[in-house]
Amino acid sequence: MIPEIGQFALTIALLLALTQATLPLIGASRGHRTWIALAVPTGQAQFVFVAIAFGCLAYSFITNDFSVLNVATNSNSQLPLHYRLAATWGSHEGSLLLWALMLALWTAAVSLFSRHLPEEMVARVLSVMGIISVGFLLFMLLTSNPFTRLFPVPIDGRDLNPLLQDPGMVVHPPMLYMGYVGFSVAFAFAIAALIGGRLDATWARWSRPWTTVAWMFLTCGIALGSFWAYYELGWGGWWFWDPVENASFMPWLIGTALIHSLAVTEKRGGFKSWTVLLAISAFSLSLLGTFLVRSGVLTSVHTFAADPKRGVFILAFLVLVIGGSLVLYAWRAKQVGLGGKFEVVSRESFLLSNNVLLAVAAGSVLLGTLYPLIVDALGMGKLSVGPPYFNLVFVPLMAPAIFLMGIGPLARWKKASLPDLVTRLRWAFVISVLSALALPFVFGQWQALVSLGLMLAIWIVTSAVVNLRERVRVTSGQLTTFQKLRMQSRSYYGMQLAHLGVAVFVVGVTMVTGYQLEQDVRMQPGDTVNAGGYEFKFNGTTNVVGPNYQAARAEIIVSRNGTEIERMHPEKRNYTARGDVMTETAIDSGLFRDLYVSLGEPVSGGAWSVRVYYKPFVGWIWGGALLMALGGGVALTDRRYALAARKEREARAVVKTPEVPAAVAASVQMEP
Amino acid sequence: MLRYLVPLGLFLVLVVFLAIGLGRDPHVIPSALINKAAPTFRLPQLKDPAKTFSAEDMRGKVWILNVWASWCVACRDEHPWLFEYARSGAVPIYGLNYKDQREDALAWLGELGDPYVLSAVDLDGRVAIDYGVYGAPESYVIDQNGTIRLKHVGPLTPDIWSQKVLPLVQDLNRQGVTK
Amino acid sequence: MSDSRLLPLLFLCFFSLFAVTANAQPTADDAALEQRLNRLSQELRCLQCQNQTLADSPAGLAEDLRREIRAQMKAGKSDKEIIAFLTERYGQFILYRPRVTGVTYLLWFGPFALLLGGLTLLFRYIKQRRDSISEQPLTAEDRRRAEEMLAPSGKETA
Repeated sequence: MIPEIGQFALTIALLLALTQATLPLIGASRGHRTWIALAVPTGQAQFVFVAIAFGCLAYSFITNDFSVLNVATNSNSQLPLHYRLAATWGSHEGSLLLWALMLALWTAAVSLFSRHLPEEMVARVLSVMGIISVGFLLFMLLTSNPFTRLFPVPIDGRDLNPLLQDPGMVVHPPMLYMGYVGFSVAFAFAIAALIGGRLDATWARWSRPWTTVAWMFLTCGIALGSFWAYYELGWGGWWFWDPVENASFMPWLIGTALIHSLAVTEKRGGFKSWTVLLAISAFSLSLLGTFLVRSGVLTSVHTFAADPKRGVFILAFLVLVIGGSLVLYAWRAKQVGLGGKFEVVSRESFLLSNNVLLAVAAGSVLLGTLYPLIVDALGMGKLSVGPPYFNLVFVPLMAPAIFLMGIGPLARWKKASLPDLVTRLRWAFVISVLSALALPFVFGQWQALVSLGLMLAIWIVTSAVVNLRERVRVTSGQLTTFQKLRMQSRSYYGMQLAHLGVAVFVVGVTMVTGYQLEQDVRMQPGDTVNAGGYEFKFNGTTNVVGPNYQAARAEIIVSRNGTEIERMHPEKRNYTARGDVMTETAIDSGLFRDLYVSLGEPVSGGAWSVRVYYKPFVGWIWGGALLMALGGGVALTDRRYALAARKEREARAVVKTPEVPAAVAASVQMEP
Repeated sequence: MLRYLVPLGLFLVLVVFLAIGLGRDPHVIPSALINKAAPTFRLPQLKDPAKTFSAEDMRGKVWILNVWASWCVACRDEHPWLFEYARSGAVPIYGLNYKDQREDALAWLGELGDPYVLSAVDLDGRVAIDYGVYGAPESYVIDQNGTIRLKHVGPLTPDIWSQKVLPLVQDLNRQGVTK
Repeated sequence: MSDSRLLPLLFLCFFSLFAVTANAQPTADDAALEQRLNRLSQELRCLQCQNQTLADSPAGLAEDLRREIRAQMKAGKSDKEIIAFLTERYGQFILYRPRVTGVTYLLWFGPFALLLGGLTLLFRYIKQRRDSISEQPLTAEDRRRAEEMLAPSGKETA
């Protein structure tokens, strides 16, 4: 019964989405107040019904309803509860439903937090989001129904892929999708602005918080995915440039460019058509990612089972949505206007350069990801493009962007002076270079790339300090330094925090790549091995039984300078349902290093092959990403958003009441 | 004005490639050995280990080398079709038993029947590496000069047989031995 | 391994490498060779897998190929020769680092060309934009209003 309710709810949601997608849009152009007014209720109602559908699927998983094909294929009665819940989105159909749920959630959020915006704008934004919803709901109902039944009902399910039976599965997809899908809001705002013809600083101020939140979620989602791969896969890698990883990274790169571009549009009214193009591109890349992952055109460990019919549907959808928005862009962008003037050397141009670098980086990732497909399509054979290519291309592109991070915030809007900037930054530069040249010796071995990485990271910090000091000095009034620091806006601190996050991230990548140590040994009980100043002693294995697996659990005693500091327990698990064998690595995380142990194969006589890693600063990779997201969060809480919103809402409230004569209304909303 | 159309133009080019990509299989890797000499080997025969088999033995004849193993699930699917092809007598099929145990292989053939003229045993897969094998079953059509003319990865379905393999074999036989 | 002679004593114990008490045998006979094998196989693709390197893959074919590469390295073959050996049999697909040939010019030089092109276009655009936008100078009235707004008053301003 429940699955049928779920399917019914999806159908209702589709009908609501169809209404949401069409009537308000037409109404906004024609001035039909009633049709415009439909946007908010249909959007919210659509959310309710998609949520019901999702709830039904989750319920089927939790209650082990194996008459539902999706549950039978992806779950098992022995599967722990939280993984049964996570299995809801562990398949193509289920993850699509998650996509639709996230989209509906963002729709509802937009409908709730947009009371200060003009009605036509909100109507258009919700309509555009409705069009996307229609696409996904239709896709589900036509080709990928999560509620298909299975007869005869199997006694038990095939179990969730053991690789996915992990806390990462519970948080990574929802976070990632919140980000991915969240860019649809910026997209919708851009389309609405192109249709309505109004694209100005105010529009940028409205779009910016939505973009920042989506970007925050995407940052966390990608970081979680990377961390999960690190501790799950057994060899300590954290990024493989796999097509599906790239599919989430490209929107992130463009999203970052978009945030910076929106800053300029908001403050100076410039970059308008470029910002709109970025907003369209960010979400287009999200949609493209959806296509790549589900159509079977690329090989990846992450792809869902491919079905050409699905691929065709998504491609058609892409053509409609992205093609349509780019046609709209080509038609209306030039009417958008240019905004303020600025010099070749100015903060605007530094930000634009940052945008170019990020866009080229995203383009390169796209090129590398799709190149095998392009070459094959042209009949020129099959080739592979992997980490060696991406690392070689991406790092040189990002290095200048990181260097610019130190200069941009110090440059003046409209017109800056290079000699002036050099003077202000020369000490920061010297300190960065000198400490970066010296530090590798401290860690044992000088490497050029390590120096480069450290230099960039330290540069970010030193230039930020210079920036902060200048700001404090310029803030007028007889106040203490602390008081002056408090006066700086949250937006500013958000930026500094996010940039600091980049610095931390760069340190993590640089150090672990440069100074990681690995030992691949055969260990009898009692054997020891050393890495990075730590001694690892193998104490044999015991057999343990888990909820749906049996395992050999090893004990490794870790000591330093003779004192025991930790016991680690890597496992080799045998999952009964699918017969898969999985390694559970043991990781001892520290602020400045991770100790990473994974079991290989058993060797005769109770011995095992064991891999032991010493990974310095690896945690800084994800710590940096978290700081970036936090920076975004801090920037969001800047008072000017709330203040402006309240003022606009008040102004609109006055205008809305029909009894108040126009003259009185005009005099009330005069205050800037 | 025209520059605003550039994003759309780029996107449409991308769509064309994606559309073509939908019709291709990214998992199929074409052989690097087409029209090259079949790598030499000399391996013991499965049923009579005292005797050996070499690709050279087949000079002057068109033949098929089929890579199989008892642990290979898809080989089971392919087996009845191989029987048909062998029975038709169009071209002799020789097996390459890939990384298998002799007892398991013999039992497998005993249970399902033996469509091969004979099978050579590649115990450690070294010869298979020379042939660019990456997963059983795989089939090679080799001509009278010992040149590989076709490789098919996966079960040799009747469609592939009638549309690709058989015409090629007949063509090669018609051309006769050169040099 | 380390050429550096500038290890400050402070950090010597922190980051020391091999101590004498370790007695586990390395899985491999020749550590340096294993490292070389690892480096090379990180750049090669496992053909049985869904996008994994030859180094990390547990698949049967991957083990066979690693064994083969190890044997060839022991026999003194160079990396280039081993790569040639593999591509002769498996084609270009097995390389994660595509060779620079006509087919891959766009791939290898594209990003750089894109960057140069992008920056050039940007530079020209900024200049053209700067020259085309004419700004009205501030009128006296505007200037007075601006100064009023900027003057520090006792009131709260957004």
